[in-house]
Amino acid sequence: MDYNLLWFGIVGVLFAGYAVLDGFDLGVGALILWVKDDGERRVLYNAIGPVWDGNEVWLVTGGGALFAAFPSVYATVFSGFYLGFMLLLFALIFRAVAIEFRSKEPWPWWRRWWDRGFFGGSTTAAFLIGVAMGNIAWGIPLDARGEFAGTFLGLLRPYALLMGVTTVSLFTMHGSIYLHMKTEGPLQARLRRWINPLIIAFIVCYAVVTLATLLYVPHITDVLRAQPVLFVFAILLVLAIANIPREIHHGRDGRAFLSSCATMLLLMALFALGMFPHMVFSNPEPWHSLTAYNSSSTPKTLHIMTVIAAIGVPIVLSYTASVYYIFRGKVKVTKDSY
Amino acid sequence: MDVLMLARLQFAFTIAFHYIFPPLSIGLGTILVLMEGMWLKTRDPRYHNMARFWTKMFGLIFGLGVATGIVMEFEFGTNWATYSRFVGDIFGSALAAEGIFAFFLESGFLAILLFGWDKVGPKLHFFATCMVALGAHFSAVWIIVANSWQQTPAGSHLEINGGRVPLSHQLQPAELGHARMVIDDFWGVVFNPSSLDRLNHTLVAAWSAGAFLVISVGAFYLLRKRHREFALSSLKFGLVLAFFSSLLSLTTGHSSAIGVAQNQPAKLAAMEGRWETGPDAPLHPFGWVDLKNKRTFGPVIPGGLSLLVAGQRAHVITGLNDVPPDLRPPVQATFQLFHVMVGVGFALIALSFWGALLWWRGVLAETDRSATRWFLRLGVFSVLLPQIANQAGWFTAEIGRQPWIVWGYLRTSDGLSAVVKANQVVASLLGFGLIYLLLFVLFIFLLNRKIQHGPESLEESHELPESWLKQSRA
Repeated sequence: MDYNLLWFGIVGVLFAGYAVLDGFDLGVGALILWVKDDGERRVLYNAIGPVWDGNEVWLVTGGGALFAAFPSVYATVFSGFYLGFMLLLFALIFRAVAIEFRSKEPWPWWRRWWDRGFFGGSTTAAFLIGVAMGNIAWGIPLDARGEFAGTFLGLLRPYALLMGVTTVSLFTMHGSIYLHMKTEGPLQARLRRWINPLIIAFIVCYAVVTLATLLYVPHITDVLRAQPVLFVFAILLVLAIANIPREIHHGRDGRAFLSSCATMLLLMALFALGMFPHMVFSNPEPWHSLTAYNSSSTPKTLHIMTVIAAIGVPIVLSYTASVYYIFRGKVKVTKDSY
Repeated sequence: MDVLMLARLQFAFTIAFHYIFPPLSIGLGTILVLMEGMWLKTRDPRYHNMARFWTKMFGLIFGLGVATGIVMEFEFGTNWATYSRFVGDIFGSALAAEGIFAFFLESGFLAILLFGWDKVGPKLHFFATCMVALGAHFSAVWIIVANSWQQTPAGSHLEINGGRVPLSHQLQPAELGHARMVIDDFWGVVFNPSSLDRLNHTLVAAWSAGAFLVISVGAFYLLRKRHREFALSSLKFGLVLAFFSSLLSLTTGHSSAIGVAQNQPAKLAAMEGRWETGPDAPLHPFGWVDLKNKRTFGPVIPGGLSLLVAGQRAHVITGLNDVPPDLRPPVQATFQLFHVMVGVGFALIALSFWGALLWWRGVLAETDRSATRWFLRLGVFSVLLPQIANQAGWFTAEIGRQPWIVWGYLRTSDGLSAVVKANQVVASLLGFGLIYLLLFVLFIFLLNRKIQHGPESLEESHELPESWLKQSRA
């Protein structure tokens, strides 16, 4: 078996799982300031209350899997993106404690500040994740040993920033659709009015990114030109996005959310297809690129990790699904809530 | 300051701050299992009330553990990239296993523990509580495996440019980018010579952290004559766990130290300030290391160290004089931190015995007796003791490992990220300093507010969830 391909896939699935799951609760963070009433804000917090920290575990486990399977990628990316990554960590810490602390005191100023922290942390995290992906696709300068040879400012190229904005818009759209499923009454009616503009905003961003990718990042679209059958993913993506307003219109909130999840998974699949077998493009000097084959652990470790994943992942999926099932339905704020 | 010191400082600061919370989660999680188990067994609403109160405290502690824990998963890559490439074949698997087996388990069932009181029946809720506690213990397993492998590498070998090199080979600077550790045997890595001893010692010390938090709050309420019944009952739960965990800390600590003597003689010599190699090595209850004259001052128990390590005074202990100067850990820090840990450990045993004695005589809540009052006053502050011992113990283990980051293979100074500059680390260190200071102040503030607010009164807590009442009547 080609373990390198398998682990490229598993790391991809973990980060895609993170995007789909934490994507909606980062999106809820981006929406928090647009809901004014304190009771309604609490509904937003408690819509993600039981699940946000499990969602974040996907990032932690994805990081661990990357470390185990592709240590050089882990080392190059996180040391190369040092300052950006520190900012991401600060943002994630801030939003985690904002959720935790916010409703523990009744004072309006206290809640207002944590709401801002939750908004700032969530939006910054979404933006930085997008910037990182943009840089990985565009390519970063790597030396012969695979070490980052660029500068922090060099990472702020327009294409990466554009990916950052697109990610914020994607997560916000995803979050609004999730909230629409979890809320009721006037709050839900208001959210419903936001969904279409948010979808349009995302489509505009995505169209611009696609155009920029075709013009400036041709190496990531090579695979589509070589194997046109893969355009099926792009077509499915369009269908998934188009299906969201349709499901909302018919009042099928759950299916609208699943459609949004499918959108994100297809985006990640296209990204992974465009990257493979590269994990970090080197630009200039593409021969220094890190790939699933030149930066992996030994076959023995990949084999061990495969056994661990084969035991662990089904268990994880079963109780993650159980937790989502137990907390299904509309949010009710009780004395145990955030 | 150079980037090496800054990066070490940052790692030490972020891990030490993070490590306030996981032991509390492990210990308090265990107590929650006991409390909720007692409720299921007796259906006495007082146990239910206690489980509810301590679950709220648990939620706050766990939240901070999560927020500060994400940093740790990535800091190897950000600041220690060369180390990450060097050990990725081994160390990464342990971190990934921790995510899959521990973090998902904890966070999934935490949702039910915190928010599921009305959503699931009492048995399923109890099951969730058990799974959260189990997940907390599992996370300790994998991170201890990873750290113990750094202390006593096993199940692996060194490769340079893909070729195996003999054990005696010392890594040269030019080989750094081309060398890595490669796995031979997964179970050899997991059960490396120090992992079981260190895991046991870490877990029982974590139970102490939770136990003394509960003792502290219970003692505080008793002294203030608030929630008397709740406080006494909590105090008893705390005392039971404290009694066992403080005694077990002694036995597990003892076998850990024997392991250090066998596998890391330089560390043991530093822990005890032992310079001369020879038999009849003495034990210092406390002391001061005179680095210039290579002597250690203070009272001694003659032959004590040899006796403890091997059961006989004739046992030869390697002294620092026989360790090349560049392979010695910082002696004074290792010695003092180790002795702080041991001293506090004995204080915890004494406190647990005192509490047990008062309980046995039935005067634990008799606050008009001065002995009880004194015990409770000490009890209020006792929450700090396991924290001090835990931190001192880990600093002993990690400073005592120097100059190695992987014992015998890679030096800490060779593990840094090549591309990260000192000013970048200064910036991130300042950021962590400010944010963690804020978090610490808020954590103490909110913890205090919860304690001041106290448990719900029993009448209120009689409002059990509808589904639970049906089942308790049945």
